Amino acid sequence: MATTSRSTKIRLRDIRKRFVVHGRPVDALAGIDLDIGAGEFFCIVGPSGCGKTTLLRILAGLETRSSGSIEIARDGSTAERPLNSMVFQEQSIFPWMNVRDNIAFGLKAQGFGRAERYRIAEPYIHKVGLSGFEDAFPYQLSGGMKQRVSIARAFANDPEILLMDEPFAALDEQTKLILQAELLRVWEELRKTVLYVTHSIDEAIVLADRILVMTARPGRIKDICDVSTIFPRPRRVEEVKSSAQYGELFGRVWGQLRQEVLDATAQPEVVR
Amino acid sequence: MSGNVRTLRAESTVVGGMGRLENQEVRVGRFGGVLTERLTSLLSPLALLALWEIFGRLGVIDTRFFPVPTSIFRVLVQMLQPTPQFPQGELWFQLSASLGRIAIGFLIGSVPGVIVGLAMGLFRPIRAAIQPLIDATFPIPKIALLPMFIMIFGIGENSKYAIIATAVIYLVLINTMSGVRNIDQIYIDVGKNFRANKWMMFRDIALPGALPLIVTGIKLGMGVALLVIVAAEQVAAKSGIGYLIWTSWQVFQVEKMYVGLMVIAVVGFGSAVLLNYLERFIVPWKHVRS
Repeated sequence: MATTSRSTKIRLRDIRKRFVVHGRPVDALAGIDLDIGAGEFFCIVGPSGCGKTTLLRILAGLETRSSGSIEIARDGSTAERPLNSMVFQEQSIFPWMNVRDNIAFGLKAQGFGRAERYRIAEPYIHKVGLSGFEDAFPYQLSGGMKQRVSIARAFANDPEILLMDEPFAALDEQTKLILQAELLRVWEELRKTVLYVTHSIDEAIVLADRILVMTARPGRIKDICDVSTIFPRPRRVEEVKSSAQYGELFGRVWGQLRQEVLDATAQPEVVR
Repeated sequence: MSGNVRTLRAESTVVGGMGRLENQEVRVGRFGGVLTERLTSLLSPLALLALWEIFGRLGVIDTRFFPVPTSIFRVLVQMLQPTPQFPQGELWFQLSASLGRIAIGFLIGSVPGVIVGLAMGLFRPIRAAIQPLIDATFPIPKIALLPMFIMIFGIGENSKYAIIATAVIYLVLINTMSGVRNIDQIYIDVGKNFRANKWMMFRDIALPGALPLIVTGIKLGMGVALLVIVAAEQVAAKSGIGYLIWTSWQVFQVEKMYVGLMVIAVVGFGSAVLLNYLERFIVPWKHVRS
């Protein structure tokens, strides 16, 4: 597999997911075909219940797919890296581990000894702004700090791709702005391939190279907007948000999304 | 008294007008309220003892049934003195007999309780095999098993260890199992996503995740151990606090009986404080909600 920056990193073909709810089949995903480039920051927006989180969980190996194929290109580098690491929406760091052990969790799972995994984790602790909190426990941290730990844990694991499921959704608006900027800074330094699910158009525009708009259930691809040509890297959150193109892009994405949200609202809730 | 007056004035300020909410009197009042509350909960037991003493001395209550606190205290001090029969003092002799039984019985019950509880929480077949036994035997009041244990282990110490262990094991086992089974799915998802092996899933997720409820089980187990040992000693022992309470009633040494009751109360309270302290040390995250 070629390793140039424009090569395909994730190739999804006809991903389908069907749940059975109370004996009746419900289609969550109805054929997703997608190519995501190496080093691309790819955002998925869609109405609630459209299957965007399901797609991410399938990629994370936390849910099975009903059909379709997933290919993730491995880097030509020496060691076998983990395929993916996920940043979860809810509080997902272990309350019984301090910040350092939380961030080094994936490395421990990979089999690194204590000294080695602490050494590898160290720079990531600093990158997400947690210097001085290495020995703190999660109950001593704010919500924003906990998500920093979660992000550092995923980056430190050095996977082929990163999966992020609305990591900032539970945070207040101001913390969210700060963390978006920090995520951009860390990502621009490390250039991992990121698949990022959000319901916030605003967040997608700030972060993404491309934005995928999904339809209401069953989830299909409705549109893909290219953001990278409009807002080059490195980006600053404030600059993006105050530019004229921002409003234009927001209008375009919302134009695609609006009808889907209305359709989704009209659907019955599916409780699994 | 002045504290109360201030509290009332503070409340009327709050009700009276929003504009004066930041009036300093409000803060003084609230502070006074907390202090008054603390003082009240400290003073009310002391007041009760004082009333008991006064009514006893005045002859309002029958001191044959309710000897006044000072005479109970006098007997307590006597029981601490060494005698030919009890070189370390009677009270310590009886107390150490009970504490020794609790310690050994508790250990015999809680260690397998945690291990079997973990196994039941983690492995479905083990749960399927053991759960019905637990469900069927849990409702039996454990003290009802004493005759059976005496039959098996004899009248000596072993039957006491057995009955405490039995009482403790249920609570520890049931809580440990539900601790494992109720671990937040998100932590298991993280373990899977980061490809933790079975051993890490156990050591780094299942065990610490279940720890808060394991500790709860141990606390409940300690409470029930006290309950069971006193009852067991009353009917089938020649030493211990339960024995002390029972025999002093039989020979109508009512003060001694009250000393026994007081000691049990102190032991129960002390063990609860100790376990709460240990809990804060072992699972510091338990009482903090995000």
